[in-house]
Amino acid sequence: MARYFTDEHEWIDVEGDTATVGITDYAQEQLGDIVFVELPEVGAMVEKGKDAAVVESVKAASDVYAPISGEVTEANDALEDDPALVNTSPEEEGWFFKLTIGDKEELEGLMDLKAYKAFVDEL
Amino acid sequence: MNPPNKSGWKPAMNATDQDGMHIGPATVSGNRALMLEEPLSFEIGHAEITGVDLPEIDPAAANRLGGLERSDPIGLVGLSEPETVRHYTRLSRQNYAIDLGLFPLGSCTMKHNPRLNEKVARMPGFADVHPLQPVDTVRGALEVINELAHWLIDLTGMHGVAMSPKAGAHGELCGMLCIRAALEARGDARKVVLCPESAHGTNPATAAFAGYETEDIPAGADGRVDLEALKARLGPDVAAVMITNPNTCGLFERDMKAISDAVHEAGGFVYCDGANFNAIVGKVRPGDLGVDAMHINLHKTFSTPHGGGGPGSGPVVLSEALSPYGPLPYTARTKDGVVHLIEEESAESFSEEHFGGVMDSFGRMTAFHGQMGMFTRALTYMLSHGADGLRQVAEDAVLNANYILRSLEDLLHAPYADSGPCMHEALFGDKDFGGDLSTLDLAKGMIDEGYHPMTVFFPLVVHGAMLVEPTETESKAALDQFIASFRSVAERANAGDESLKQAPYYAPRRRLDETQAARKPVLAWNDPNLT
Repeated sequence: MARYFTDEHEWIDVEGDTATVGITDYAQEQLGDIVFVELPEVGAMVEKGKDAAVVESVKAASDVYAPISGEVTEANDALEDDPALVNTSPEEEGWFFKLTIGDKEELEGLMDLKAYKAFVDEL
Repeated sequence: MNPPNKSGWKPAMNATDQDGMHIGPATVSGNRALMLEEPLSFEIGHAEITGVDLPEIDPAAANRLGGLERSDPIGLVGLSEPETVRHYTRLSRQNYAIDLGLFPLGSCTMKHNPRLNEKVARMPGFADVHPLQPVDTVRGALEVINELAHWLIDLTGMHGVAMSPKAGAHGELCGMLCIRAALEARGDARKVVLCPESAHGTNPATAAFAGYETEDIPAGADGRVDLEALKARLGPDVAAVMITNPNTCGLFERDMKAISDAVHEAGGFVYCDGANFNAIVGKVRPGDLGVDAMHINLHKTFSTPHGGGGPGSGPVVLSEALSPYGPLPYTARTKDGVVHLIEEESAESFSEEHFGGVMDSFGRMTAFHGQMGMFTRALTYMLSHGADGLRQVAEDAVLNANYILRSLEDLLHAPYADSGPCMHEALFGDKDFGGDLSTLDLAKGMIDEGYHPMTVFFPLVVHGAMLVEPTETESKAALDQFIASFRSVAERANAGDESLKQAPYYAPRRRLDETQAARKPVLAWNDPNLT
């Protein structure tokens, strides 16, 4: 399994043809207490760089962009009842959705952990 | 005696509270002299009490409900008239209002509502009219709408105005529907609307509601729209650009004319969010900057009450290209000097006779003419100020905001302090705060100082944003007092003063759990005796 990161502070785990998407620890910390998460419908086609989900905190509502294109196969329903999971476990239990990878070449250009850490340190 | 407030949380009333602050002896009632601790109406009342004398039910009278009468208690609060009056009067004393003090909410323009406006709006000829009255009996009211429309067109240098939208976002929708109608009329299926990152959230929301996809326009380091990036994105798919000017960083978009020219050249339209028009009224005419549609918040720029004090009103001024598509009904004066109300029945024949038949309205935004009560107030404001007075409004609003910016920039991160003078509002960030203190803690500290906090965490382009709009109605003495309080709380924030984390100390309620309130809101009264 490989984990990639975007400059919009999403992480993406790739296992075979399936990708799991969430927001990073840095992102949740910047947002503050998450109060609502709007997830894409299963079966929805998302397009790389376009909004796929919405995360709302006490400070602001923000779009979550699809890091790659594909079809949504599963959404993390646990976030509906307990959006705080994004705060307590952003990079594991607080995942947003899974999708089938449309085009593996889109993964090129995403950051690995080391590159993302360096990116965040610059901010 | 039990304290009256059974369900609510209240400040500790003992000699010292949990933070060791001396407060004084506890009172049995929970009141602090004239600071009255007010329970919920459900906690005061008894279901059997009512402010109205209802006749006893005559058991012999025919029951015509057919068995549908309610058999369970309805659970309504029961209060006598004096209890009701006291309850709401007491609650109102815990409220903060523009009539109590400076209200520094950025982007909201919480300015004084002149009493002359109220006097005029209460004149029977304006206050007691009904939109379904025969037109011949409301000629004066139509005259007011038409006169106000004339002023708005003049002040903005535009071609027409739609008076009916009932608030800023409603006006945005009206403007975007005009743009859509104009594009559809020429068979142009453009799909994308561009909005700057610092836009009011309503801009992309409006574009989406009108059926468009939205994309961000990046800002330059100076806080203004990046003209080159915008130009690079323009093309045959861009229907419109929505720009706030002055923008939400409190800056005037100097490239506005160049932006408009580029958008027009690419075949799109320019929507301007006019929420901040108060900073430029009488100084700049948006029509000269190439704007095609702009809403004007009468409840901001033209001093009509808002924020719980009254309804908004968001007329939209339109360019010549968009005017034919504006909503019905509208008023128009004919050559004989009479102001007519143009509705569906009369629109076609009227526009043929007077405008050469080009009127092609997209429809209606509202059932009737718009916010008549706000029209009378706004026109009163304009006529009492005159054109020169309105210009001074803009000048004083900008002067006051700059006074605040320059009085705080040594203490607080002011990201665009080097971008030139600010317009109507000053923007700060939390970069210099010590410890883990945040903008929220500073805002709560301002409550203890007796001020409504400024706008916080908006615009999103600045970390921990604090947006302060003093408006022109504050005196220098009032600003100095506010600045002294703001500086003192900012100094505590910079020093990492942990006591700020507990603020407010002196409000009727201490810090509320906003997260819990958003995650698990309790929106209905649950009688603790029943659960």
